[in-house]
Amino acid sequence: MNEKELEILEILEGNARTPLATIADMMEMEKHEVEKIVKSLEERDIILNYQAVINWDHVPSNDGVTAMIDVKVAPKREIGFDGVAERIYRFPEVKAVYLMSGAYDLSVQIEGKTMKEVAFFVSKKLSTLDSVLSTTTHFLLKKYKHDGVIFEPEQKDKRAVVSP
Amino acid sequence: MKQLSSKNYLSETARSIKPSGIRKFFDLANEMEGVVSLGVGEPDFVTSWNICEAAYASMESGYTSYSANAGLLELRQEISTYLQKQFQLEYKAEKEIIVTTGASQAIDIAFRALVDPGDEVLIAEPGFVAYAPIVQLAGGIPVPVPTTADNHFKLTVEQLESHINEKTKMVLLCFPNNPTGATLDREELKKLAAVIRRHDLLVLSDEIYAELSYDQSHCSIASLPEMAERTVVISGFSKAFAMTGWRLGYLAGPEPLLQAMLKIHQYTMMCAPTIAQHGALEALRNGREDVDKMVASYRRRRNYFVKASNRIGLPCHMPGGAFYAFPSIRETGLTSEQFAEQLLQEEKVAVVPGSVFGAGGEGHVRCSYAASMEALQTAIERIGRFVEKRL
Repeated sequence: MNEKELEILEILEGNARTPLATIADMMEMEKHEVEKIVKSLEERDIILNYQAVINWDHVPSNDGVTAMIDVKVAPKREIGFDGVAERIYRFPEVKAVYLMSGAYDLSVQIEGKTMKEVAFFVSKKLSTLDSVLSTTTHFLLKKYKHDGVIFEPEQKDKRAVVSP
Repeated sequence: MKQLSSKNYLSETARSIKPSGIRKFFDLANEMEGVVSLGVGEPDFVTSWNICEAAYASMESGYTSYSANAGLLELRQEISTYLQKQFQLEYKAEKEIIVTTGASQAIDIAFRALVDPGDEVLIAEPGFVAYAPIVQLAGGIPVPVPTTADNHFKLTVEQLESHINEKTKMVLLCFPNNPTGATLDREELKKLAAVIRRHDLLVLSDEIYAELSYDQSHCSIASLPEMAERTVVISGFSKAFAMTGWRLGYLAGPEPLLQAMLKIHQYTMMCAPTIAQHGALEALRNGREDVDKMVASYRRRRNYFVKASNRIGLPCHMPGGAFYAFPSIRETGLTSEQFAEQLLQEEKVAVVPGSVFGAGGEGHVRCSYAASMEALQTAIERIGRFVEKRL
């Protein structure tokens, strides 16, 4: 990973929609050079996806719920934590899975339409897995900051319009 | 309120000072909705949270009284270390550094301590709007030394020397420069230093933008041989650490000069705000990473803006520092004031006419790229449309 690649990653992480020509101007490079680097970052699975950060709380029809579930597991000799994690992340309602240090092993993020739906998933699908020893479910009430973006209050420019 | 009689109660000095040309644009732009502003002379970042938190903590601990006149000794020690490490400058915390209420106050007390009535002060222009009025307030005579676009607004030996006479007392340098973004490297400074030594002049070097140097690291004229003893360096926390509202700057220089400034500082300011000084301590101890990130971000925006400005027909040199581009608007046939005013009315983009920055500023406008990439892109689109109609 060279400095230019790192800088391009930084720019795209800040705004994935920055046009390649603009990135080229920002970095004093040619557009085709930037294009080549971005392509290579994609091919090496460093850039996986280009997503928007959405504040779903501002979407009127949205009434879904998100839960973070602490899962303790007993890893099997042949498959280890990775195998258990895979059994879990294959479910489409699972949005994120992390291996953690500390009081539990896997942190699982679930999205569902209702609390009941999430509870049903935990009791019928997650808890019944062989390797799962216990689960603790926390429902998310409000998002303040996500992926480095502060959701509320609105971050306005507080400077005077013209100053020396 | 009822006015006093027609007799003029204002001092002659107050009457002789011209109002800042920026004020007019501020009033105009401020009343408009939807303005994209490239007129702001301060960072678009808010102060890093750890610095704000350190200021809160100092209040919680009861540090709400005056500090030593010259500033917290701890802070002066950090400034001394910082100047050494960053710019190879050697100043003792005890006698050679004064913490001030912004670099502006530092400029004020420096001129007051060094200028007698009739003394001439050479000021490289275009330059920051406050220098000449502050010299006048100190009783001195500001003498503009114009820098030009074909030299990328660098101050040259010829320009400097042609303005020196027996009344010349000192030279004010501000590089990286507001509004041109011009910088001077070690070799260029060496040549100026030789002239300054030969004529036995003092230097007031405003290095507030030193950290915002993009192509090579900043060189302070005080770091050159035999220059420290005749140079007073001014800097502060506003630009590099995004702390403009904290009003915190400092002076560093030879003890005899600094002690005279401290005398004036004691009577007129007592000390810089103590709470801000505690924030600044944190900035110097743990702020490096954030400064580097901000500098990298300004550099990218500079590259984008200057390239785009040239593309839409406003020729612009690549400025080495600060966060200003200073494109030429001559091709449009407008004066810088007309350009700025019409651009604001027609396209709602605020820039500052070069003429307000003194000699040599006419024919250019100052565009601050301390604005979000989105704002810069919108501004370029609008300025492009505006310019196209006039070329």
